[in-house]
This record gives sequence, C-alpha cells and structure tokens, in this order.
Amino acid sequence: MTKTSNEPLVKIRGLKLEGRSDEVWNPIINGVDLNLMPGEVLGLIGESGAGKSTLGLAAMGFTRDGVRISEGSVEFDGIDLLTASAAVKRGLLGKRIAYVAQSAAASFNPAHRLMDQHVEGPVQHDVMGTAESTEDGIELYRKLRLPNPDEIGFRYPHQVSGGQLQRAMTAMAMSCRPDLIIFDEPTTALDVTTQIEVLASIRDIVEQFNTAAIYITHDLAVVAQMADRIKVLLKGDEVETADTRTMLTAPTQDYTKSLWAVRSFERPQKPAIASGSVPVVSVQNVDAAYGTVPVLHDVSFDMHKGRTVAVVGESGSGKSTTARCITGLLPPASGQIMLDGVALPADYRKRSKDQLQQVQMIYQMADTALNPRMCVGDIIARPVQFYGGLRGADKRKRVDELLEQIELDPAEYYGRLPSELSGGQKQRIGIARALAAEPKFIICDEVTSALDQLVAEGILRLLARLQDELSLTYMFITHDLATVKAIADEVVVMKDGRVVEQGLKNDMFQPPHHPYTDLLLSSVPEMDPDWLTNLLAERGVDNIGDAAVGKMA
Amino acid sequence: MGNVLTIIAQRLMLGLLTLLIVSVVIFAAVNALPGDFAQTVLGQGATPEAVAAIRQDLGLDRSPIQRYFDWLGDALRGDLGTSFAQANFASYTGTNSGATTVAAQIGPRFANTMFLAMVTATIAVPVSIILGVLAALYRNTVFDRAANIFTLSSISSPEFFLAYILILLLAVLNPLLPPLSNIYDGMAFSERLEKSLLPALTLTLVVTAHMMRMTRAAIINLLASPYIEMARLKGLSPARVIVKHALPNALAPIINVVALNLAYLITGVVVVEVVFVYPGIGQLFVDSVKIRDIPVVQACCLIFATAYILLNLTADIMSILSNPRLRHPK
Repeated sequence: MTKTSNEPLVKIRGLKLEGRSDEVWNPIINGVDLNLMPGEVLGLIGESGAGKSTLGLAAMGFTRDGVRISEGSVEFDGIDLLTASAAVKRGLLGKRIAYVAQSAAASFNPAHRLMDQHVEGPVQHDVMGTAESTEDGIELYRKLRLPNPDEIGFRYPHQVSGGQLQRAMTAMAMSCRPDLIIFDEPTTALDVTTQIEVLASIRDIVEQFNTAAIYITHDLAVVAQMADRIKVLLKGDEVETADTRTMLTAPTQDYTKSLWAVRSFERPQKPAIASGSVPVVSVQNVDAAYGTVPVLHDVSFDMHKGRTVAVVGESGSGKSTTARCITGLLPPASGQIMLDGVALPADYRKRSKDQLQQVQMIYQMADTALNPRMCVGDIIARPVQFYGGLRGADKRKRVDELLEQIELDPAEYYGRLPSELSGGQKQRIGIARALAAEPKFIICDEVTSALDQLVAEGILRLLARLQDELSLTYMFITHDLATVKAIADEVVVMKDGRVVEQGLKNDMFQPPHHPYTDLLLSSVPEMDPDWLTNLLAERGVDNIGDAAVGKMA
Repeated sequence: MGNVLTIIAQRLMLGLLTLLIVSVVIFAAVNALPGDFAQTVLGQGATPEAVAAIRQDLGLDRSPIQRYFDWLGDALRGDLGTSFAQANFASYTGTNSGATTVAAQIGPRFANTMFLAMVTATIAVPVSIILGVLAALYRNTVFDRAANIFTLSSISSPEFFLAYILILLLAVLNPLLPPLSNIYDGMAFSERLEKSLLPALTLTLVVTAHMMRMTRAAIINLLASPYIEMARLKGLSPARVIVKHALPNALAPIINVVALNLAYLITGVVVVEVVFVYPGIGQLFVDSVKIRDIPVVQACCLIFATAYILLNLTADIMSILSNPRLRHPK
C-alpha cells in the first residue's frame, strides 16, 4: 500500500445529507468539503444537531436509517464510496476504515466476549487468523494500558467498566490496522479522570500506527489535545477550518468566538459567611445505604442563604444519593438533615407541606422530568395550586409571572407541549416548576450536563440571576469543574461516599488541596493544545486518571 | 451460577403453586358442568332411585370439598382414579381387564399426542426460525412479503380446512402419504412416522406464523441498536450481522413464543386428531366431556395444565440462560 503523501486519504466534496422526519426530507448537512491527509487527525466540533456524527459516518460511506446522501462525493483512497458496491464497502469497513462509537457499553454486543468481537474483524477480512489476532489483541490491550491485558478480553462487556470498554473498543478499531478511524465522541460519557486516560491512550496509539482520524466531539478542550486541524460545524454548515493552534488563538468567525467565550463566564465568589448564622440546610453526619450496600459515610456540610454549594465528584461518589437523603426520598441510616436549624423527618412522607415546599429539585434530564402529555402552563400550575393554593385567574397570573422570570414569553409558551421545546427551554420549565413552590432551597442535579455549552451558559446565568433576586440557596451537583468555577461559592468534593474536602471556591482552585481534589482539577482538559503533553511529561502515564485514583484508595 | 440456580428454584416453586391453583379451578369448573354421569348414562328413563344409587356408588354424593381433597391426594400418589365409563362397562360384562383406571386409558393416548407434538416441533421450530431470520434479513422484499402472507393465511384458515387441503394435495392427487393416521401399539417407528406426517404438516402450518413473525420482529427490533451498527461498520456480511449479532440477543421472546406453540401442540389439537382419526388425548378428552366421565376430564385438564406450566417454566429458564449478564455475573 503505497500512498503519495500529498494525496488526501479522504476527499469529501459538496456533500449534502438529508434526514427524514414526518414524511419530509430535511437537510442535515448542506454541502461540506473535507480533506484528510494520511496520518492526520481532524477535529470535528459543533453543538448537538450540527451534523457531526452524520458527517463522520458519511465519511465511511455509511448512513443511518432515515438519512440519505442527496449530493456530493466521498472518496477514500481514490475509491468513490457512494457509488461503490456494498461488497466493496464491506471490504473497506473494519479493515481500512474503523469506527469508535460514543457509548462503548451500548456498542459492544452483550452476548459475546470482548475478544470474540475483537478478532471478528481480522478473521472475517482475512487479515489474521484467530490465534494471531487474539495475541495481537492482548498486545493492543497492553499498549492501551488496560488492567490485566491477558485476561480482560475474555470477559463479557457487562463485566468491564465504561472507560475500559472505550479503550477495548479503540483496540478493536485497531485490530486490522486501519488507515482511518472515526472517533464519535468517545469520551463524552466518561468521568474526567477516566477521560484523561482514554485520551492519552487513544492519542498514543494513533501516533504509533500513524493512523488518520476524524475526532468528533463537542468539547473544545478535548479536541485541542487530539487534533492537528479543527473544523467547526453549525447546523450542517461549515463555519471555519484551521489548524488547531490558529483556531484556538485567532478564530475568525463570530460563532467560533462565542464557543470559545463560554468558558469565560464566572461569578465572583460571595464574601465569607457571618459566623453564627444558621444554615438553610445542614447535612449532619449522614450515613445511607441502598439495601445492604453502604453508599454514604458520615457526610456533613452546610448550605447558607443566598449561596451556591457545588458538590463535585465522579459517578458513584454519592452526590445524587446525598440529594435523595436531603429530599427524604432515601431516609438516611443515621445522621440528620436540618432545615433552618430544625431537624427534618427522615422520610418525605412524614414531612409537612411547608417543609416539602422549602426543598425543590431540578433534574438532569429535562426530557424525562416533564410530563410529555401536559402543556407547559399545566406543568407549572400544579405546584402553584398545590403549595400556593391559587386557582383560576390568580393561578394563571402566577404562572405567567414565572414564565417571565425564566425569560419565556407566556403568550407563546403557555400552551406548548414539552416536545415542542428545545433542550434549554425544557430545562427552563424545570426551573420554573421548582420556583413555583417558592422554595428557599433548590437542588440542581447535573442541570447543565445534557446541554450544549452555549445553552448551558444561558441556564447558569439565569440561575445566578434568580438567586440574586430571590436569595435562593442552591446545592449544585456536577462533575464538570468548569461549571463549578462559573457558579459556586463553596465546593464540597466527594469520593466513595465520603466528603474528602470542602471550602470556599477560591481556596479550592488554589493549591494546596487534598490529592484527590488536585487530581480532579488537573484532569479537566484545558484549551491549551500542549496541556495533555505537558501533564503527561510532568506526571507520567501512571499518575493520571484512574491509575492515580487507584493508588490513592 | 448460584444466582441462576436460586432463580430456577423460585420458578419451580411458583410453577407448583400455579399447578395447585389450577387444580382447584379444574375441579370447580368440571363440577360446574350441567348434568352428571349418572343422569347421562341412565338417559330418559332414569328414576331418581337409580340415579341416587349410581351417584352413591361413584361417591358423587359427598361434599365437593371432600371430593376435591380425595382427588388431589390420590393424584399426588399417582392415582388418577377410575374411569366412570370403563368401570360401568366392566360391571356390565362382569370382567375386569385392568383397563378401568384413568391412567391406563390416558397413558397410550398421551404417548401418541406427545409423538405427534414432537414430530411437528422437529419440523416447525427450525423452519419458522430460519424463515424468520431470512425474513428479517430480506425485510420488505418480495420474499419477506410472501413468507408473511403464506404463514398468516395458513394461521387464519380453520385447521380442518388446511387438513383437507393437505389430504387432497398429498394423499389424493399425489398419493405420497396415507390420509388416515390410525396408529396402534407395536407399530414400527418408520411406519408410525409416515402415518403421523400429514397431521404433523397440518399442525406445522398452524404454528409456524407465530414463531416466524416473532423471530422476525425480535430481530428487526434490535437492528437499530448501536452494537448492530457497530457490526455493520466492521464490514460484516448482512447474514452474519443477523445470525451472530442480532439473533443471540433476540432469543428470549422467541423462546417464549416457541414454548406457547409447543403447549398448543399438546393441548389444542382435537380438530386435527378428528380429521385424521389420530388416537390422541384430545379426542379422549372431548368424548369424556360428552359422557361426563369426570375423572378422565379432570386428569386430562391436569395434564394439559402441567404441560403448559412445564413448557413455560422451561422457556423462562432458557430465557434467563440466554442472558450473559445472568450466566456470567460481575
């Protein structure tokens, strides 16, 4: 396989894609050009709905059901993928072009062992025999720094953690030593400490085998570490393309600049709390368990009026469980929850209406947290009537006020169903529903993690404004430290059901801190393209991510 | 594996409990039938004294609850009672051939029914699963439509109609198979098989549609999942994607439908038995209901219920075993 280095490996010209919904074909990609040189890594970024994944799959000559290519051409190493027969394409897919999906947990077949799925490609494409490919798989697992490389491939997908599966999938993509790999948001579903390890190993292996790659993500800091060149997409149109450093330092388009600016939102931290003031909510020595499995161990922290306490930690660290204890959904095994200095009954069923009213919640998935059959007005009116006892015209007036508070026009949005709203608007309705009870205290459970960065910033600004106007207290559960930086006054760091560190935000982002906090902070990708390289040079591969967490435990 | 064994033990206990409840229902339902054996046997000229005498003789004068527990206790010991009709016949002729017990009556009939069910299952299950896989592979093509139309029309036609068509085609116009399935004890296996083939083919036509359509639907349901997309993006052939990647994950619903259809083959084939004069348990059951031979009716019902429960239990266990999460816990 000889290739002249100035011929692009992938050449896409004027590509247009359409998606079918409600019996109409709507444009998804409106004419995109793309060149990818052998061994080059191209970052593809944009918000959800920008058409990144569709374009990534089209570069493989593949479209999902209900999507069609209406115009343009896709060439891979001189072969026109759009006119090639299915058999020719099958000969390329898996062998010379491979794919790494967003959710490895869903993309590995639950019925087969990892290794069986790994060797399937090489064997079916006659690249290697089963024994040879198995050996090669073990070697790749070792290169990708998976634990127990000799043994891990013989497990079923459900027996392996998410970060490990993502690396196993990268190994599977490498199994035939392809010329091109499409990475479709491979680290989006992972915790920061896991993400950094996966990033390091992907970058390492792509460099080792000089594989070309298209790296799709919505996270700018991630793409800055991975890509040689970045292409920005907006609603199916290319905004601009430039090499990574130019793009980061001197973006030319307004949209790109606005993407870059999101991370600049930061609220000043409020002054320290007056000594002796009673916290609005105080969690005191709480232990909790699901069945017989202990989840929380002696968790204590206070939340004061008008302030935001960010609770951070990885998945499984007990953040949401603490919230369930505060709301009374999961009565703690020991310890208590105080509201304005008075102990709350452990079980929400034993709390008075007034106590229930004071503690409200906003959920991560606005999609599933709103009743799809009720219109916006009715969703907000329910707590207005239940807690406020308002009816008729008074109720309507209050709902209109609430809609105005969340910056949605009552006349337009009152009668809409949740399915007629965008993701950000749905989350605003969730906020209005919480406000309708006129609470003192709101738990925000990962409220921005399902949203695009621009939309998320809008939500954060809205929450900040409401806090100032209504002196609300927020408990802000998140795993995203950029969000913490933006909105928190105090930070509580949790790990394995324990509070490992707590304090004011400004102290938290300055050393010295607990080694775990340090690890979390240092694992958050930064916009500097040299960040990962420097971090690796500074710490070595065994002292980043999960490997380092393991050492701590 | 300990986990799986616990689940299986639980299902077994549940099955036994279900059987107990079903036995109450059977007893109550059979006893709620209008008329009784004494009246039916004596016919028009029955005097109240004669009826009472027969009733006392057969123990029908005792309270239903007492009779239920006697019956249940005997059944647990394997004694399904004595057939009213055979006992009556024996007392007329004064001979006792030993064939008066329900077990002796049902035994050979049940063996015949099981034989027919097995022959049918051996043909129908592989055919429907292969047809289902092919229909999923070539979905929305002419083949898919033809397979759907054919199986749906055969399930929509009355069984006797299908049976007569098959007789016409395979026994009359092209005399390949015997039109009557009068099998008896001591027949050679090959001859028995030949005689059972026509009813088995008829039943195959009846049960194929469910199994084939469930296989097709269960597979197509999975085709949108990310791991199927992954398999396609690995450049695997469509047949391999379906057989290797979709089918193993679609097994649970398929197994359940197969079990339901097998249960039907044991319990619901009266019409086909009548058409082919096949001496199965279905005919015996209908005859016994006609003459109110309660012990036989009850025993048949109990066998049917057991077959249903056992097959569903097997299906449950196999579905559990088809899930790698349960076979290989973390």
